Amino acid sequence: METIEAHDVVVIGGGPAGLAAALGARRAGAGGVLLLERERTLGGILNQCVHDGFGLFLYKETISGPEYAERLIEDVVREPIKVETGAMVLDLTADRVLRVNSRAGYRLVKAKSVVLAMGCRERTRGMIEIPGTRPAGIFTAGSAQNLVNLQNLRIGNQAVILGSGDIGLIMARRLTFEGVAVKGVFEILPWASGLERNVRQCLMDFGIPLELRSTVVEIRGRDRVESVVVAKVDDRLAPVAGTESVIPCDTLLLSVGLIPENELSKRAGVELSPITGGAVVDQTLMTSAPGIFSCGNVLHIHDVADWASFEGFAAGERAARYAAGERVAGGTVRISAGPNVKYALPQFLTSGAAGVEWSFRVARPLRNVQVLVKGKATEKVYSRKKFGRLLPSELQKIKVRQTVKEDLEVSCHE
Amino acid sequence: MADKKSAVCDVAVIGGGVVGSAVLRELSRYELRLLLLERDADLAEGISKGNSGVIHAGFNAPAGSLKARTNVAGLGMIYGLAWELGVPHRKTGKLVVALADEDRSRLEELKAEGDKGGVPGLEIVDETAIRRLEPLARGRWALYSPHTGIISPYEFTIALSECAWQNGARVLLEAPVGAVDFRGGLFHLATPKGTFAARWVVNSAGLFSEDVARLAGIDDFRVFPFRGEYLITDKDCGLRLNLPVYPVPPRDDPGLGIHITPTLEGNIILGPSAEPVEDKRDDASTSEVMGRLKAEAGRLMPELSRVSFIHSYAGIRPKLVDPSGRDRFGDFIVEESALRPGWINLVGIESPGLTAAPAIAVMVAGMIGTKEDLRPKPDFDPERPHRRRFAAMDDDERTGRVSGDADWGEMVCRCEHVTRAEVVAALRNPFRARTMDAVKRRTRCGMGRCQGGFCTPRIVEILQDEGVPADRITKRGGGSRLFYGRLKG
Repeated sequence: METIEAHDVVVIGGGPAGLAAALGARRAGAGGVLLLERERTLGGILNQCVHDGFGLFLYKETISGPEYAERLIEDVVREPIKVETGAMVLDLTADRVLRVNSRAGYRLVKAKSVVLAMGCRERTRGMIEIPGTRPAGIFTAGSAQNLVNLQNLRIGNQAVILGSGDIGLIMARRLTFEGVAVKGVFEILPWASGLERNVRQCLMDFGIPLELRSTVVEIRGRDRVESVVVAKVDDRLAPVAGTESVIPCDTLLLSVGLIPENELSKRAGVELSPITGGAVVDQTLMTSAPGIFSCGNVLHIHDVADWASFEGFAAGERAARYAAGERVAGGTVRISAGPNVKYALPQFLTSGAAGVEWSFRVARPLRNVQVLVKGKATEKVYSRKKFGRLLPSELQKIKVRQTVKEDLEVSCHE
Repeated sequence: MADKKSAVCDVAVIGGGVVGSAVLRELSRYELRLLLLERDADLAEGISKGNSGVIHAGFNAPAGSLKARTNVAGLGMIYGLAWELGVPHRKTGKLVVALADEDRSRLEELKAEGDKGGVPGLEIVDETAIRRLEPLARGRWALYSPHTGIISPYEFTIALSECAWQNGARVLLEAPVGAVDFRGGLFHLATPKGTFAARWVVNSAGLFSEDVARLAGIDDFRVFPFRGEYLITDKDCGLRLNLPVYPVPPRDDPGLGIHITPTLEGNIILGPSAEPVEDKRDDASTSEVMGRLKAEAGRLMPELSRVSFIHSYAGIRPKLVDPSGRDRFGDFIVEESALRPGWINLVGIESPGLTAAPAIAVMVAGMIGTKEDLRPKPDFDPERPHRRRFAAMDDDERTGRVSGDADWGEMVCRCEHVTRAEVVAALRNPFRARTMDAVKRRTRCGMGRCQGGFCTPRIVEILQDEGVPADRITKRGGGSRLFYGRLKG
């Protein structure tokens, strides 16, 4: 194992963020770019997203997931980027040594800089502790999407969907198209967690009920799901006794949240945010581990693939500059989430940085909102932006043009 | 004895749990035609899969009882056996902690019982020693048992049967015994896979041993199902537990109390509870018990309140004491029926049955040996080829494996780092157990934090590559199908 193969920039993950990161790195002049994808083909989860709605921001038109992937892939293959599919990174060290396994061989790779673009995974039944039996017929929405769209398999006849995440909403429509009776979508929160357009186009247009403040409190059936028990929840999200009803079904889909897949980041000692589940980054999208950058759903969950790609372009460019020797002073300015804001990213800035754009997400639906970026010490307003409505499902952006030298807070006011 | 093709076997074992598998493996030392009949689509589908996976030392049952004796004898055998069979295990030691001074007397009672029963090495230790042995544990005093350990109970079960199979035993899955007929000096066992005649029958049907006995006209037993629920953490939950930590056994708990047990991979298991249930297959989890598990475990180990869980499961104990009665202790039944000579009942084998199984197996062989001449096979092979998990290999070993067979280079499970080569090997098991759960228990695919989200579509593909049509793919056999055909596309 003595021979270690060296690259300038190694991108882990070939989805919307990773493809863009490889392009971003190349366009910023990186000599040797290696893109590692664990699937047999590039594109990541885009490949199973056969619905449209992609590309509105990047390509100014709406296309399907596979088409969106195709366009990025075409750009990637035109560049001298070394692409390896079927190659999974099993370990990453703080000094950027990767252990890579693929049918072509197991090997160690050393990178001058690394871009994390591993995407996310789905929350499971176990994590949300749904009581009951453990029969066949319980799928996370994304796994179901894979089985239905990529393997052409019929996963059931009568489905209940728990959680109103976008994949669950999309799958409600997809299953309906295939003749599966979707009995309803149940969401524990008082609002849908997926995009409004998906609630409209995937549920309302097909008469599929969306029950808010409701959850599945029991799964029944020994071999295959036979029914689920749903109940209303109170303000503390605890099921209310006496509101239970039994819904016969053979399939339960879970669309109860996505978790940035940071197993490798943890191995490299990257500091993670308990709020986003992704790395804590500075304005260059560099993590707490020097030379390791993060973008896309592994950094924080995006609702639109295009934004993951934009983040990828930026991270790739910064990773290329790092590989070329550019060093940015460490982030000393801290940005915190103020009232009504769930998180704002990046969490750190180099003192003196200017023209930084933040991604942020609100904690609850808001109307007639003023978003403020204020200095913690001086109360100085660095940026303000007005929105008619803000939803937790929608990632938003706010930019500060000025030079920042003090800690900031992003807040929303109705 | 007659050739292998004959329909008559010398010994038929009913039930492919750890006890039945241990009996089969022990008997496979001798020149006997052996058959194991398992009702479900894989081995270890019952009690043997839903337990704490603890190798017990033997101080929890009254000294002199069969439970205590087989436990202590089994302890003396199980580590060597696990090594021979290549089953992952570890001698961890164990702490039974008393949170208050007044509980010290209970620890002393346990120690006295253990000492009397020949349990090696027990000692009462103080707070400092508790902290040294397990920094996560709290307690004023503890009983420390140095020979307690952990093992994967289903891998152990499968390995025992595989070893028996290598030595000539037959194993049939999905072969529930529906009727028993005794004629011509033979037991005729009717199953959907055919009727099998045997000179001896070992009834190790676990929860259903009373029902199987009744088929033979033996109506001596009542098995009371007691459910035990568990919660399991991610192996990467931020806490590293060295050894199992038990409370002083609560007087009102028919089990050993809710304890905290590490797995070999680093997960932490909380449980089990102990509730009588009506249905022997009712292994559902309940929110009430999940809450109680967290509260009880949190008392022993406050750090656990910060961790999240990846899965809940339950097992069912086959108890011989009526939950409504006053008896607290029901001993194992290991006996040849007086009514039906040649029929051996193994009933009520709950904890510490996993540890006791090898000793019970020797007892069974002894019973048969008193009536006939058991001739050892000259070529008996006690070992099973050791399988190395990719996840446990170092860089050089991985490099070598992948260059030899590219299937080692294809990752199927992202959480537990399982390769295609391992999944294919699991699917080619000698018993043709080809369910999703069979793959899971042999490889750990689906046992990680994503709970099969990533590997399920991949295993579905591999199953089809291995000749299982999509419509026949099940979670655990029977009606547990995953799919209803193909989409029109």
